Amino acid sequence: MPVIDLANPTRFLALVNRVLPWLVAVTALTFAIGFYRAMHAPDDYQQGATVKIMFLHVPAAWLGMMGWVVMSAAALGTLVWRHPLADVAGKAAAPVGAAFTFICLVTGALWGRPTWGTYWVWDARLTSVLILFLLYLGVMALYWTAEEPGRGARAAAILTLVGAVNIPIIKFSVDWWNTLHQPASIVRLGGATIDASILVPLLIMAGAFTLLFFTLHLAAMRNEILRRRVRTMRLLQAQTLAEARS
Amino acid sequence: MSFGPHTDFIVAAYAVTAFVVAGLIAWVVLDYAAQRRIIGDLEERGVTRRAQRKDEP
Repeated sequence: MPVIDLANPTRFLALVNRVLPWLVAVTALTFAIGFYRAMHAPDDYQQGATVKIMFLHVPAAWLGMMGWVVMSAAALGTLVWRHPLADVAGKAAAPVGAAFTFICLVTGALWGRPTWGTYWVWDARLTSVLILFLLYLGVMALYWTAEEPGRGARAAAILTLVGAVNIPIIKFSVDWWNTLHQPASIVRLGGATIDASILVPLLIMAGAFTLLFFTLHLAAMRNEILRRRVRTMRLLQAQTLAEARS
Repeated sequence: MSFGPHTDFIVAAYAVTAFVVAGLIAWVVLDYAAQRRIIGDLEERGVTRRAQRKDEP
């Protein structure tokens, strides 16, 4: 099947129905392996067992940012090519990205209390991630409160592209400003500074979270396509009833 | 399983994550069932999309 055919919602639905069960199985298996490896990873020499929170916090942070990157690509598709599937992809990614950002914030607070002595500080990294979460809520409000999906999609796409400036700010905040949050220790020039006994489970968990993101995103896209079909059918039903009465 | 003096924080982090992920899964599963049910009801009442009409002989 040529890739361009996937731009057709009916063909896209057929592909999702075929792929989703396999994706669910691979995601569950990767999570099982990742969770087992995480639980059997050694304690950190400074942080002790609290390093186990990292196996949730870091992947959730990555996926929170990746969700916005996916939405930004979809926003370009909405504004430049006006493709309905791009709009569907953006709308479906927002709640998933927001949920991962929420997990990042909560697990970060629960990790911060025993290691920093506080749940929260208004430093650049924490504040920029909180802004990302609030931007997600704003985009969701635009998508879900618009009466006409196309109008809501264009407003949400503009906010998404404006909000994209926050992604490099989150990534480099620990380098640009003096923060309580530690600097990058995995994705950095010179390689990761984490020992393999902790890095490997972390990467497996990151793989599992990424698979979960795409599984949920595809499932949510399928639901959104069906929701738009329901809207079209109801409009046609109303039109038929109005014609019958006149 | 004990994780030393900070067990509560570790368990809470995993519990919150499990709760949020379970919520997301429930949202997509229930939403899918709801949309399928509505489409089924509309089709039973004879409402079809224009694209479907084109496919009919």
